[in-house]
Amino acid sequence: MTAGAIASNFDTARPTVSKHLQILTECELLEQKQNGREIYYLINAKKMKEVADFIEPFRKMWDDRFNKLETIMKKYKSKK
Amino acid sequence: MEQKTKINAEDGKQELLITREFDLPLELLFKAYVEPAIVEQWMGTKVLKLENKKHGSYQFETTDPHGNKHRFNGVIHEFGPNQKITRTFEMENTPFPVQLEFLEFEKLTDDTSKLNMQIVYKSVAHRDQMLKLPFAQGITMAHNRLQEIVSKLK
Repeated sequence: MTAGAIASNFDTARPTVSKHLQILTECELLEQKQNGREIYYLINAKKMKEVADFIEPFRKMWDDRFNKLETIMKKYKSKK
Repeated sequence: MEQKTKINAEDGKQELLITREFDLPLELLFKAYVEPAIVEQWMGTKVLKLENKKHGSYQFETTDPHGNKHRFNGVIHEFGPNQKITRTFEMENTPFPVQLEFLEFEKLTDDTSKLNMQIVYKSVAHRDQMLKLPFAQGITMAHNRLQEIVSKLK
């Protein structure tokens, strides 16, 4: 969809919609595709799924913690 | 790539399972849970008290990026060196109820080990709330970043 087509679905001012699209593109939730003079916005379903998976940040938190534990104990072992 | 840390949270159950395999001998993995100086390093917290024995208790204190201090504490119910730790965990000054944790340490080979952590919550809703906590923090960070970008656009 073009920015104009997307904006026509909302009551929001066009520049506001553009800003939102810009941010969503920056977050990689949308992809831009140039078609002649127009830019089409496509949804990045893979990225969207990552965001929707709310357990992932919880898993990541523990993963980071355990990675740290592993690194510290490996050093500890070699010090001995 | 196979994920080293796995979370299993079944729908409608008030518990969750965290499993992790380590490239560490069992003794070293267990040590990381009992030596206060080491706990402080990997948990990023200050250990105020850690009594590794049945009926012992512990208390940790973390300082967030804003300088606010948060304390956690619990009681140790079972302490089996290189085998298991059963303990409670609660965050002080929060509405979150206490949770029960079963930690099982397992030898895989001479150089690898595994940790099984079962956490039981007061209710399914409380479990889901805890699961969403880091997600909510991530969203807050994303919102802050969004605000930062938008204010630059003005």
